Amino acid sequence: MELEDIFEGLNEVFRDVFDDEDITVNASTTSEDIEDWDSLEHINLIVAVEKKFGMKFSMGEVTTMKNVGEMAEIIKSRI
Amino acid sequence: MKELEYPFDNEYILKKKKSLKKQLLENDNFIEKNIAILGGSTTSDIKLILELFLLNQGIKPKFYESEYNQYYQDAMFPNSELEEFKPDIIYIHTTNRNITLYPTITNFKEEVENLLLNEYNKFSNMWDKLKSTYNCPIIQNNFELPFYRLMGNKDASDYRGKVNFITKLNLKFYEYAESNQNFYINDINYVSSSYGLEKWADEFYWHMYKYALAVPAIPSLAFNISNIIKAIFGKNKKAFVLDLDNTLWGGVVGDDGVENIKIGPEVPAGQVFSEFQTYLKEHKDLGVILNVNSKNERENAIAGLNHPDSTLKPDDFITIKANWEPKSKNIVDIANELNIGVDSLVFVDDNPAEREIVKQQVSGVAVPEIDIPEHYINILDKSGFFEVTTISKDDLKKSEMYKENAKRNEMLSSCANYDDYLKSLKMKATIKPFEPIYMARIAQLTNKSNQFNLTTHRYTQAEIEEIANDEKYIKLYGKLEDTFGDNGVVTVVLGHIDEKILHIDLWLMSCRVLKRDMEFAMMDALVKKAKEAGIEKIKGYYYPTPKNGMVKEFYSLHGFEKESEDNEGNTIWNLNINNYENKNKFIEVEE
Repeated sequence: MELEDIFEGLNEVFRDVFDDEDITVNASTTSEDIEDWDSLEHINLIVAVEKKFGMKFSMGEVTTMKNVGEMAEIIKSRI
Repeated sequence: MKELEYPFDNEYILKKKKSLKKQLLENDNFIEKNIAILGGSTTSDIKLILELFLLNQGIKPKFYESEYNQYYQDAMFPNSELEEFKPDIIYIHTTNRNITLYPTITNFKEEVENLLLNEYNKFSNMWDKLKSTYNCPIIQNNFELPFYRLMGNKDASDYRGKVNFITKLNLKFYEYAESNQNFYINDINYVSSSYGLEKWADEFYWHMYKYALAVPAIPSLAFNISNIIKAIFGKNKKAFVLDLDNTLWGGVVGDDGVENIKIGPEVPAGQVFSEFQTYLKEHKDLGVILNVNSKNERENAIAGLNHPDSTLKPDDFITIKANWEPKSKNIVDIANELNIGVDSLVFVDDNPAEREIVKQQVSGVAVPEIDIPEHYINILDKSGFFEVTTISKDDLKKSEMYKENAKRNEMLSSCANYDDYLKSLKMKATIKPFEPIYMARIAQLTNKSNQFNLTTHRYTQAEIEEIANDEKYIKLYGKLEDTFGDNGVVTVVLGHIDEKILHIDLWLMSCRVLKRDMEFAMMDALVKKAKEAGIEKIKGYYYPTPKNGMVKEFYSLHGFEKESEDNEGNTIWNLNINNYENKNKFIEVEE
């Protein structure tokens, strides 16, 4: 899957989880950029992304991920 | 809402929880309840998902949520915030992560027994404390099995094993539940095993977020809690409405002939239906009413049920609608004949088209998406329609009672006039102040009765017990027997006294004794009690709901004068009791 398609999929997930149709993420998007993205919502985001792409993040990955770009790279390497 | 009915998609619910909540809030017919969550681990999403399931059951929760792992402190020490909150329900979300001390391999047997007692006492002291402080129902998790077994299989049988320890601790919890009313176990031991312990106990979620269960498992947990809560507040279903062909047996009796329908142990296709029938029969024993709704000639339907291998016989059903009417019409007729709301019914039919029509035509009836025969039991069972909180004697006799009612109807049609009929019933009532053995039943009635209910005040058993001991209240229950059988406790009236005036806070009667003059016997008894207490005037209140239109003029019929009526139709009534004349003519009353 190309990075472009992954971002497409991530947009869908972010819009569902934060219930906001206007969200568009890119490689540099972080939790600073989305109002409701706190640590409790983070877990739901991770679960939804895992479900969407049929993969699992490790604890190490989740704790070091800096932005949506790194998330997309991990997904790309896994599927 | 389909998304929140079993079988639901856990991940979908988690992802869509915000938009699902918005959709649920478009409805506005809710009862409001305060629910305190005392957690031993992270509870944030548990609260949010529980809210969805409760809204879907018609309950709008307000939450108190303890700080992370503060369940014990919140319960045991003075807590003005929680006291002010006045919880209607306290849910304690603890898991095996909250067990303080497990046995170690070097422990002696007595040491482990002490550990067990210490752990149990920590919890039972907390429950006692909560009960005395908040006097509301408590829902407590039992423990799920540990996710590793140090000794392998031996962990289950050796007193030092964690599996063994948790199993014993759970048994002690159940003993407490058996001897304490208003205390309910949320069986996460079962739910986690049903979900899959390995997935449930995924350590990722514990180490990352201090969730004691995997986040994707939360909807399964929350649904299970919501079932207990809705049952406590009287929102259980009461009856099955069952299709016959390919639902209770394989094949079509009208086409295939009764000798060719598939039922009984000989072939797999028959065995699966036998097991399903047994499952339904067990519900009948529990007090769930069984009915038939089938497109069939009546004689074919009866012949099918009389098949020698059919576990269910015609006699097990209260109403059998086997005709060519639309099923939606039959369902409404069944609800009317049983005197219960359509929202108390569960319609079971293998045909998706019939299900769809019923769903569209009769709003409120539960229509589970049963798919193939080998899934029928699982889907009905996991749906939690008939979640048991207490089993009253009345529940166990319910089918009998409905049968007796059918006989009364026959008698009625043979009597020349209604008075003769009432006389022929030879009714005997017991009308007395609340007594300990009936507290559960009285609380149940206040939560279940919708139609003959003047104020629709709901009371927990704890509140009923409090009122029973409060001298400022006049509180009466009524039990009615007749020549066909005992109806049990069917009516409750309670009111508080304020300076020679009795304000009636609650007047309800079960619809199974409508038009039997029981309400007159109750009024006579109430007036008598009021006079003994030196009361001069009784004030009655009627608050309209979508369901209680039948008692709108109740007080007027009993000689009250209307004092006022507001825009919403709430009315207040007065009766001066000095010149009251008794109205009951047909019921012999024991007081």
